Amino acid sequence: MRSRIPALVSLVVVGAVLCVLPFVMSDYNLTRVTQVGIFFIAVLGLDILTGYTGQISIGHGAFMAIGGYTTALMSRDHNTNLFVTMLMAFAICFLVGLLVGLPALRLSGVYLALVTFALAVSVPLLPLKWSSFLGGRNGVQTSQDAQDLVTNRWLYGVAWAGSAILFVLAWLILRGRVGRAFRAVRDSEIAAVASGIELPVYKTLAFGISAAFAGVAGSLFVLANNGFAAPEEFGIFLSLQILIGAAVAGLGSLWGVLVGAAFIGLLPSVSSSVPVIGSAHGQDVVFGAAVILVMLLLPDGFAGLIARLRRLRRA
Amino acid sequence: MVTAATSRWESFRSRGAALGSGGGASTVTILLLVAAAAGLLVGSLRSATFAQLTVQGLAVGAVYGSLALALVLVYRATHVINFAQGELALLTTYIAYQLIKWGFSYWEAFFATLVIAFLLGIVLETTLIRPVLQRSVIAAVIVTVGLFVLIDGVVNWIWGGDFKFMPSPFGTKIYHVGGVSIARLYIGMFVVVIICVLLVWALFRFTKLGLGMRAAALRPAEAAFVGVRVQWMLAIGWGLAALLGAVAGLMTEPSQFVLEPTLMQPILVYAFAAAVLGGLDSPAGAVVGGLLIGVSLNLVVQYGHIGAFKITSELQTPAAFAVILVVLLLKPEGLFGHRQVRRV
Repeated sequence: MRSRIPALVSLVVVGAVLCVLPFVMSDYNLTRVTQVGIFFIAVLGLDILTGYTGQISIGHGAFMAIGGYTTALMSRDHNTNLFVTMLMAFAICFLVGLLVGLPALRLSGVYLALVTFALAVSVPLLPLKWSSFLGGRNGVQTSQDAQDLVTNRWLYGVAWAGSAILFVLAWLILRGRVGRAFRAVRDSEIAAVASGIELPVYKTLAFGISAAFAGVAGSLFVLANNGFAAPEEFGIFLSLQILIGAAVAGLGSLWGVLVGAAFIGLLPSVSSSVPVIGSAHGQDVVFGAAVILVMLLLPDGFAGLIARLRRLRRA
Repeated sequence: MVTAATSRWESFRSRGAALGSGGGASTVTILLLVAAAAGLLVGSLRSATFAQLTVQGLAVGAVYGSLALALVLVYRATHVINFAQGELALLTTYIAYQLIKWGFSYWEAFFATLVIAFLLGIVLETTLIRPVLQRSVIAAVIVTVGLFVLIDGVVNWIWGGDFKFMPSPFGTKIYHVGGVSIARLYIGMFVVVIICVLLVWALFRFTKLGLGMRAAALRPAEAAFVGVRVQWMLAIGWGLAALLGAVAGLMTEPSQFVLEPTLMQPILVYAFAAAVLGGLDSPAGAVVGGLLIGVSLNLVVQYGHIGAFKITSELQTPAAFAVILVVLLLKPEGLFGHRQVRRV
């Protein structure tokens, strides 16, 4: 059996660095690291689906939108405690994930990709229709109390504490019976069925969990956007970004997910003085080219690269 | 050996013939389609608005159908859904715009663009898709997502995000038939798309190349055994898909009156809905599905309501999403598709 110690050491190192950062970093840089934490949650969620179950979602931006609007609406209308709204976002996205996933997941994996893409294009249009409740094009703003509460440091702490809690939750889910079933589905659907695993149930469950994580990320995303949820924040590119983050991450590695989240979280904030990638569209070119290169050169993403390096060192 | 090979070849031929005649369409499906057509005809005779919306719906539906057909060709050949199909169509439309700006006439640019799109499809398949496809379909799908973002960035980078205008290919003439006004534009769109679709169908149905492509898609191992160059056939399939996408892009532009970078995003969702409705593995289904989606979305936005709640144009894309979900719930193989045999 492989020793757990290196994994524990890296966890402690990451945790310690994250605790120290708020005291040494400027406010501006801190918000960037917060952004990485928010994407960490979303990419972690998608990694449960992609890395462990072998399905892909091109619609996690839609779940972020649902989570974000949940927080903004509950805060606007009832001044609800923000932590409660995050739990609600988790629950609502879990349910929506089950509802959307079930029809697609009875079939092969590409159907889920197709359905989630259509979902991601559709969801940002709904506020335009129900504009009196969902704020239309102008969006929804959290209550004044919530805005006063959310400072850069508060958000940094909550985002990374949330990341830690959800990381542990993911670990607890994946290490046991359910995690084994997920991996069996990924490795061979036929063998999984033969061992008595109900495919649609487990695939849908993985999708629901994954969507719930995205919902929490969406809540934080809205808070990081000055408590403001608007349709154009949740366009199709947000969904594509998260999938790109998960592809860069590879599967099942803390470092992989961190690198994936940092890649999508930090690239857009690269200063516009940098030639080519500083401009908004240059970034899209870099994002697109990067994910294609990663798929061509690093089949298992960054996590696979780490594993390969480890083998090299041992040999 | 020779006779075995020949008889396999013959079996491809007969199987291909069955596919050409509509695949898995049941009598019920055919009857429903005839009933729908009759309903549209009756409605059009009773109301001029209804007739206009139907004609418009058929024109944009043909465009959805051609993009859906592109998706289906790729799906049949490689089991990949090409999420970049819409952006690829967008890129080729911008190329046509550039050619026109350089002094080509509209139709010169049109045909030049189709050739460029065809070559682009082949190059993308051989360089980017083939290497990852051997690993997994999901990896190839992720590459198409990367391509989506990449192409969008490139288009914005070269041409910018502002509105561009192309000359109208069909003029602005409007015909009046018994109180119904029909723009020549919609007739032109419909005719151009249907001609292109029929040409592609004829290529698949009547030429040896088409036969090889069908064989390579359906039974790659056996096809290679009888001497079909499978890899080439798949690449040409991607080329043809890109070509059909270019037709869709070029015909979408006049119906929206502007060219801008998000032009094809909703169209791609409608094409997905069309492909799923028709059956993801059925070319005929894709075209019929496109026409159905085009007409029904147009009519629903005008007349649709649930009680006092009106379905307006903001809900057009969500409605297409709803179509996808409902089809997958009730009849996952679509109207014309084949039931997945290995449905584990």
